[in-house]
Amino acid sequence: MDLLANLTQGFAVALTWSTLLLAVAGCFAGTIIGSLPGLGPSNGVAILIPLAFSLGLDATEALVLMTSVYYGAMYGGRISSILLNIPGDEPALMTTLDGFPMARQGRAADALVLSGVASFVGAFLATVGLMLLAPVLARVAYLFGPSEYFALYLLAFCTLGGLSSRNQVKAALAAVTGLGIAMIGLDNQTGLPRLTFGELHLMDGVDFLVAIVGLFAVSEIFFFIESHGKESAIGVKLGRITIPVKDIVDSIWTMLRATVIGFIAGVLPGAGASLGSFLAYMGEKAISRDQETFGTGNPRGVAAPEAGNNAAAGGALVPMLTLGVPGSGTTAVLLALLLTLNITPGPTLFSDRPEVVWGLIASLLIANFVLLIMNVPLVRLFVHILSVPAWLLLPGIMLVAYGGVYSLSGSSFDLILMTAFGLFGYIFRKLDVPTVPIILGILLGNNMEDNLRRAMIISDGDWTYLFSSGIAVGLWIAAIAGFVAPIFLRQFLRKPSQPDSNA
Amino acid sequence: MTSRFTRTLAVAILSSTAMVGSAFAAECIAPANPGGGWDFTCRSIGKIMHDIGVVDKPVQVTNMSGGGGGLAFSHVVNERNDDGELIVAASSATATRLAQNAYGGMTADQVSFLGAIGADPGVLVVAADSEFANLNDLLDAAKSDPSSVTFAGGSATGGFDHLKVLMALREVGFTDVRSVKYVGLDGGGDALTSVIGGHTQAMTGDISEVVGFLKSGDVRVVAVFTENRIPGFDDIPTAMEQGVNVVAVNWRGLYVPKGISQADYDRWSDALAQVAASDEWAETMAANGLAPFTKVGAEFQDYLAGVINDVQMLSREIGVIQ
Repeated sequence: MDLLANLTQGFAVALTWSTLLLAVAGCFAGTIIGSLPGLGPSNGVAILIPLAFSLGLDATEALVLMTSVYYGAMYGGRISSILLNIPGDEPALMTTLDGFPMARQGRAADALVLSGVASFVGAFLATVGLMLLAPVLARVAYLFGPSEYFALYLLAFCTLGGLSSRNQVKAALAAVTGLGIAMIGLDNQTGLPRLTFGELHLMDGVDFLVAIVGLFAVSEIFFFIESHGKESAIGVKLGRITIPVKDIVDSIWTMLRATVIGFIAGVLPGAGASLGSFLAYMGEKAISRDQETFGTGNPRGVAAPEAGNNAAAGGALVPMLTLGVPGSGTTAVLLALLLTLNITPGPTLFSDRPEVVWGLIASLLIANFVLLIMNVPLVRLFVHILSVPAWLLLPGIMLVAYGGVYSLSGSSFDLILMTAFGLFGYIFRKLDVPTVPIILGILLGNNMEDNLRRAMIISDGDWTYLFSSGIAVGLWIAAIAGFVAPIFLRQFLRKPSQPDSNA
Repeated sequence: MTSRFTRTLAVAILSSTAMVGSAFAAECIAPANPGGGWDFTCRSIGKIMHDIGVVDKPVQVTNMSGGGGGLAFSHVVNERNDDGELIVAASSATATRLAQNAYGGMTADQVSFLGAIGADPGVLVVAADSEFANLNDLLDAAKSDPSSVTFAGGSATGGFDHLKVLMALREVGFTDVRSVKYVGLDGGGDALTSVIGGHTQAMTGDISEVVGFLKSGDVRVVAVFTENRIPGFDDIPTAMEQGVNVVAVNWRGLYVPKGISQADYDRWSDALAQVAASDEWAETMAANGLAPFTKVGAEFQDYLAGVINDVQMLSREIGVIQ
C-alpha cells in the first residue's frame, strides 16, 4: 500500500488552492499554445520558464505549471489539426490525416470530442503507467542501443509507404525530400557541417516547427491569396457539440492499443511523441478491415494518433525523471527546469524527493481531468479562437507563428526559411505531393542515420551487429513485414470489395 | 469573439517579446534556449550581480540560440561591438568551437573574454560492473586495442567530451587519435544510459551529468579531470593522482564586445570577480555541482589561448579541421 500512501502524499502537495489554480491556468495556456501553429509544447514551456522564475514559484508549483502547459499543449495541438489542417505542433501531425477530412464532412465537433476523449485516455493511462511502472520501465531504456533504435526507425520508415493510399510514388518522393532536409546541419559523428553552405544559421539543422508551419500554414496563405479566399480550407463551421457515443465506443480498443504503442515510444528516450503517434496510426491502419477509409475521415484515424501522442507525452516523463534523459524537446526543457530548481533527476529521484515526484504525478492526474473538461464540454471556447473570419484568422496565425518562431532564435533567418518552406509547400500541394511524409522524413532521417552510424562505429563496421539482440531482430521482422505486407494485402483485400464477389 | 482572439494574440505577443531586454538595463545574452548551461550562467550571475549591488538594475537575460552559440557571437561582433552594457555567457564549448572554426570564420580575438568563475569538472565514467577498475586500466585497454573500447559522450565528434578522452590518451603515450572509437549522443544522460546498458564501455562528460547515477550505484567515476579532488566527491580520484596529467573542466564564464572602453571592461571584470567572491555564488555552485574555478581578466585570456591552441592541435589530428 506504499503506492496509496505515496499518492496521498502527492495529492496533499498538489491539492492546494495555489497549485490547483496554476494547474488550471497552465492547462488553459497550454491548450492555446498547442492549438496555435508555431507555438508548440517545447517553446511554450521554454517561453514560460522565465515567468515561473519571476513569480517566485517553489519547485512543486513550477513543475505543476510547466507540466500542465506541456499536457495542455499536447491536447491543444489537435484543435488546429482538425479545424485548419495545420498541425499545432509536430506530434499533432498525424491527426490532420483523418481529423481534417472529418471536419470537412461537417463532423468537426465529433472529431474534436472524440480526439479529446482519446487524448484523455492516452494521457491518463500513461500517467497511471508512470506511477506504477516508472522505476521498472527505466530499465527498458538500457536495452535499447544504436542497433535497436536503428531497427525501430527502420520500422517506422518501412511503414511510411502505407501512409498514402492514393499515390505511393509521390509519398515516397516527399519522404525522400524530407530525408534530404534532415541531413542539413552539423554531422554528429564527424563533427563537420553538411549542406550548410557556410551559413551559421543552418548549423543546427532545420527546426521541425519551422518546416511544419511553413509547409502547412504559410502555404495555406498562398492558396488563400491565389483563390481570393474562396478555396481556403479555413472556415470550417462547427455545429452543436454533441458526444459521438458510437464513435467513442467503436474506438475504445483503438485508443487502448494506441496508448500502449505511444507509451512505449515515449518511454524510449530515442523515440518520442511524434514517433508514438505515427506508429499508433500506422498500427491501427494495418490491422483495420477498412484501410481505404483511413485518410478520408475515419474516426479511428483521429482517435489513434491522439491517444498515441498523449500517451507518449506521459511516457516521455519516465526516462526524464528516472534517467535524466529527455525523450523529447519538451522534456529536455522540463529537465533543464528541474536542474535549475536543484532537483537532480536520476534513478534515486523517486526515493530522494518523493514529494516532488508524487506531487508531480498527482498534479498530472488533476491536469488530465481539467483538460478533459476544457477540451470536451468547453472545447467551443478554443474553437472560437480559430473560428473568426479567415481574412482575419490567417494573418493572425501568421503573426503568432512568426512571432513564436522568432522568439526562439531571435533571428530573421528562420522566418525567411519558413517562408521558403511555405513556397515549397504551395508547389508540392499544387503537384498533389503530400506534405506529411516530408515532415516524417525530417523527423526520422537524422535519428535513423545517427543510430546506424553509431552502431557501425561500435562494431567496427560489422553489419551483423545490427541483428545482435532479440529486440533488434524482432523489430527487423516487423519492419520487413510492414514493408511487404501492404503489397500483398492490397491485392488480397481488393477482391472482396468487388461488388460481384461471393463474399 | 474577435475581442477574445485579439486578447489571446496580445498575450501571446507579450509573452514572446517579454524576453527581449529593455535598452537601459545591462543585458546578458544566453546563446541558447532557456534552461541550458548558458542560460543558467546568465540568470545566476546576472541575479547575483544585482543582489550584491554591483549593478543597479536587474540584468536582463536574452536567449539567442543557434549555431551552437555562433549566432550570438556574430550578433555581438557585427552589431553590438561597442555596447558597454552587454555581457554574453560562454563555456568550454565556446572556446572549442572557436578553435575549430565552427563559427563561420570568426575568431576568439573578435570579442574580449572576461573570465570564468566556476567549472563543471570533466569525468570518465564506467558501469558499476565494468572490468576497468581505474583510469589506467581503461586507458591501457584503449591503447592496446582501440577497437575494444567505445567512448560515449554528449557532444559531437570533435566536441569537448571527445577531446578530453584524446587528451588523456595522449598523456599515456597513445597518439593514433583517429583509431579511438567515440560516439556522439544527444546528451550526457543518453551517453550514461548507453554505458549502463553495456552498448558502450565508457562515458565522457561533466560531473553534474552523473550525480544522480552515482548515488544509485549504477556507475563508477574512474577519474575527474581537476587539479584537486572535488569537495563533496572526495572518494573520486583525479586523473593527475593516477599519473595522467590532464585538467579538463567545462568552465562557465562571460565575454564582452571587443570595442568597449577599457573602463567598461574593468568595470565588468571587477563585477565578475565580486560575484566569484560572494557567498551567494558559493551556494549556487554547491547546488549545481560546480567546482570553484576563478580566472578573471588577463589570467583568463592566457588560459584560454592555451586551451584554444591545444584544441586546434588535436582537432587537426582527428580531422575536424584541416
